[in-house]
Amino acid sequence: MLVDSPPEPSAETAPAPPGRRAIRGAGLLLSVVVLLALVFTSIAVGAKPLSMDQVWHGLFDDSGTYTDIVVGERVSRTLLGLLAGMALGLSGAVLQALTRNPLADPGLLGINMGASAAVVTAISFFGVTSLSGYVWFAFVGAAVVGALVYALGGTRSATPVRLALAGTALTAALSGYLQAVMITDNAALDKMRFWTVGSLASAKMGTIQQVLPFLAVGTVLALALARPLNAVAMGDDTARALGAHLTRTRALSMVSATLLCGAATAACGPIMFVGLMVPHVVRSFTGPDMRWIFPYAAVLSPVLLLGADVLGRIVSRPAELQVGIVTAAIGAPVFILLVRRRRTAQL
Amino acid sequence: MKATRTRAVRGRATRTRAIRTGGGISVRFDVRAAVVVAILVVAALLASVVLIGTGDFDIPTADVIRTLLGNGDAGQEFIINDLRLPRVVVGLLVGASLGLAGALFQSIARNPLGSPDVLGIGQGSTAGALLMIVIFQGSATEVAGGALVGGLVTGAAMYLLAWKQGVHGYRLVLVGIGVNAFAVAVNGYLLTKADLVDAARAVVWMTGSLNGRDWEQVWPLLTLCAVLLPLVIAHARPLRMLEMGDDTAYTLGVPVERTRIVLMGSAVLLTAAATAAAGPVSFVALTAPQLARRLTRSPGPNLLPAMCMGATLLIVADWASQRVFGADQLPVGVVTGVLGGVYLLWLLVTERKAGRI
Repeated sequence: MLVDSPPEPSAETAPAPPGRRAIRGAGLLLSVVVLLALVFTSIAVGAKPLSMDQVWHGLFDDSGTYTDIVVGERVSRTLLGLLAGMALGLSGAVLQALTRNPLADPGLLGINMGASAAVVTAISFFGVTSLSGYVWFAFVGAAVVGALVYALGGTRSATPVRLALAGTALTAALSGYLQAVMITDNAALDKMRFWTVGSLASAKMGTIQQVLPFLAVGTVLALALARPLNAVAMGDDTARALGAHLTRTRALSMVSATLLCGAATAACGPIMFVGLMVPHVVRSFTGPDMRWIFPYAAVLSPVLLLGADVLGRIVSRPAELQVGIVTAAIGAPVFILLVRRRRTAQL
Repeated sequence: MKATRTRAVRGRATRTRAIRTGGGISVRFDVRAAVVVAILVVAALLASVVLIGTGDFDIPTADVIRTLLGNGDAGQEFIINDLRLPRVVVGLLVGASLGLAGALFQSIARNPLGSPDVLGIGQGSTAGALLMIVIFQGSATEVAGGALVGGLVTGAAMYLLAWKQGVHGYRLVLVGIGVNAFAVAVNGYLLTKADLVDAARAVVWMTGSLNGRDWEQVWPLLTLCAVLLPLVIAHARPLRMLEMGDDTAYTLGVPVERTRIVLMGSAVLLTAAATAAAGPVSFVALTAPQLARRLTRSPGPNLLPAMCMGATLLIVADWASQRVFGADQLPVGVVTGVLGGVYLLWLLVTERKAGRI
């Protein structure tokens, strides 16, 4: 256990009726079913639509035919979408709990952009070409920008507006840097203009294997932090009184969020708003208990990301829309809706 | 004319003088702010002269001034009046517009980071311009038109989306951030749609550059500034009261929403026009008002000092981009981008403790 037996705020002081717990469990199961259906869809849909039989054949009876190869390519793409979606959603949920900020999102706070800038630096100045090389740069970039945004947003008096502004301003500065690199290096421009919008198209099994360990550690850490973060949500003083270890929880949350969005960004470029939207939707039916929010976010975020990816493949067939563009196109209106709905007092 | 009287106003170094006329009309003016404006104007003009003399063919400062006054030889006259002067004038106007728009936006948003380039106007203009470059392969004029329309549409969308019985600063900021993200996605999409030649042209445009600007860009921008500046200055007092909060301003007799819509509209127009002329030059609108405020040490939006500071900053940045980076010329937007990064770090160090961000 990470924290010396913290009390369970919502479950013990006001125990949820057993019926509701069963409903939440069933809902989680349903979400998993939806996710599996979407995984299947993601393998079947694309420039070359496949039938159920062909997908089945490619998955379980691979004999190297044309459709089997298509299935193989789409499996790695789908798997990456699954992992990246989970990572982004969980890191968003962790960041929202950590900063007590309903508008926190690794993309909005500039953390993904920090990772991108570091990766671009690695590619064009240090000649790093392999993912296993630049994933470390991505972590450093994500961590540095995360800390900067938190400091710039005012650590003690951090309000959602301040943090979001600090994140956007830093993102602007970093994208200026990215543009400078792209102007001076046409080869880099050709490669990066696709990577910097966030895409799953270039997914390979090798990529997945390389980021998998980081994602696994980040995910386990995030799920283990659900209980202490429940205490943090009640405010510093209350959390301390309840016996939560504030500094340790914060530090580990930062590590977890950095690992998750650093690895996801290194694998598929900066993707915004997944980490913002999913925890919000989830919270509306689980309530504020992180022990339910985190698993739900982990299952429903890939639903969103894969759904966006499939959508991007359908709307402009035979070409495709990068998933980062689709999530931003869905996410920005949702964000504005949230801002409009939220009462002044809560901001 | 009666003699002027000095009064100490709140704050250590701010001194406001009131000029009273016999007819009962009195005008207050801040001595320090006036001095700062004068110094910045001189600095901008000096930097312009130096910038005109800078290039592949260097011209001595004395010759530049002589040619500008109309006594130069034919060769220098061509280089200066036809090639370099319009570029510098565009730079001055773009810098001034951005500085003024930044001061207005930061004052309305009540946040030193709430400038038009952070809140999506710049990105909206970029979307309009990229649309012209990528889809229609438009000429420079068409691209500028696209940028202007894009900025205006973005500004209008932002205002309408933030509207809810009035537009509050915080909602404007957050909606602006959302709009910005949306525009970034659109731009990313357009960039991936382009072939490599168009993409390279688009990226250079997106950084902001003063290369190859001529008199065609000067006139519309100059007209717009000439119209909007008096309008904005006339609303400077209500704006200052608006900074005290909507309720207070309302009690003091300020038509809150009308003032805000006039000033925001002007700021959006200025930003869109500046972007149309030079591309989305980043961070001038963010940094100029804050630097100006540090110099004048006076509260309030500091409109004129911010404007002069913007012009000076952009000209100096353009000179630096030509001189420092030498033959492999980087657009001025890169220099202002670096400037913005440094500024953010500085803000981090100095302002955080004060809790003013």
